[in-house]
Amino acid sequence: MAGEKAAAEKKPGEKKPAKKKPGEKKPLEQKPIQKEGGEKKKKVKKHHASRNPVLARGIGRYSRSAMYARKALYKRKYTAPVTRIEKKKREKPRTTITKPVGGDKNGGSRVVKIRKMPRYYPTEDVPRKLLSHGKKPFSQHKRRLRASITPGTVLILLTGRHRGKRVVFLKQLDTGLLLVTGPLVVNRVPLRRAHQKFVIATSTKVDISGVKIPKHLTDTYFKKKRLRKPKHQEGEIFDTEKEKYEITEQRKSDQKVVDSQILARIKKVPQLRGYLRSTFCLSNGVYPHKLVF
Amino acid sequence: VFKRFVEIGRVAFISFGPHAGKLVAIVDVIDQNRALVDGPCSGVRRQAMPFKCMQLTDFVLKFPHSARQKCVRRAWEKENINEKWAATRWAKKIEAREKKAKMTDFDRYKVMKAKKMRNRIIKHEMKKLQKLASQKGKKPEKAPKPEKAPKAEKAPKPQKAHKQEKAQKAQK
Repeated sequence: MAGEKAAAEKKPGEKKPAKKKPGEKKPLEQKPIQKEGGEKKKKVKKHHASRNPVLARGIGRYSRSAMYARKALYKRKYTAPVTRIEKKKREKPRTTITKPVGGDKNGGSRVVKIRKMPRYYPTEDVPRKLLSHGKKPFSQHKRRLRASITPGTVLILLTGRHRGKRVVFLKQLDTGLLLVTGPLVVNRVPLRRAHQKFVIATSTKVDISGVKIPKHLTDTYFKKKRLRKPKHQEGEIFDTEKEKYEITEQRKSDQKVVDSQILARIKKVPQLRGYLRSTFCLSNGVYPHKLVF
Repeated sequence: VFKRFVEIGRVAFISFGPHAGKLVAIVDVIDQNRALVDGPCSGVRRQAMPFKCMQLTDFVLKFPHSARQKCVRRAWEKENINEKWAATRWAKKIEAREKKAKMTDFDRYKVMKAKKMRNRIIKHEMKKLQKLASQKGKKPEKAPKPEKAPKAEKAPKPQKAHKQEKAQKAQK
């Protein structure tokens, strides 16, 4: 750092006698400003290369103590900037809370601990798990999408209650499932998720470039809901489970929002609406491996 | 019995092999199984080719045996073989087959709709004629004749229009 400063000072000294004639003042003014900016940048940027040459992999030339001296760590002592401790004494987290006493011994208050001691210590500690590599939970898996499936592609659903129906692809959700819509007025397929593997991608594409899909349509929106408060002792456990699926108003409104945009695009292509209304089927002499989709 | 012969200048269609689907002219005969063949305007280098993979066409060019490629090319272009070939039914059938194989799902749907409409038109006209015939049939017996003639007329008409439609749609 000191060396840099000296070098920088030398440079203006050198250049000044050289450039006397043309526009003396301006270049001189510019240079110191540039140099200061350059210096600042250099100070922040420049990191010295490793001062410990490598003898073999994992082995350096100098010991720890030698490196301490070489790096001049005795000069470099960093402490956190002094905070205004006088003003804001760090607020200690509340350990206890006082609650009023209800019930029998009404009136008065009792002191209750917020964080209580654990009620159980296991006899053995949990055994250490063996190291594993690359085993990720589902949420961190890499999601792939076939190249033939792009937003606006017409897909043929192969499984589920809508099998054989031709449907418009909107986007891929976080879990990798495909968000798909009929549109509803065309073939009674609502905004729904479909699995990539159980879908045939046709080469027919609808232009969905400007369509805005609401952001709240995620996997949690589509996930099946299950009631979780059965009173076990009572005999009828199964009644409390939701048997009938009811279409919420939010779903209807979301459907309208998305479909209105898409229908406009579909109407532009001749015969596309009828195509989406039809279903896919195989018949005699039709072999899927020979078909071009 | 045989109308197409292997001769110098006969244009042949290659049915299989690396040059499948191309036209060549027979320049010379090598032995019982092979011919020296050249297709300057169809991208086939001058080479020996077995007769088995060649299918003879109706076209014959005029050039002497073992003529060089330039002569073959000149003869080919003079006779305008490429255009004549494209106008034959053979080439059109090949083209139609290719188009059919390339049809996408959407195209298949469009064809289905077109066929359905065409058949409906035909049936409609048929019913009309049948009705006329049944009315008139009680009087003179000329009815069955006009029935057949207009039927033949009507069939090609929607056929042509529909084929054009199909071709257009298949191209799309």
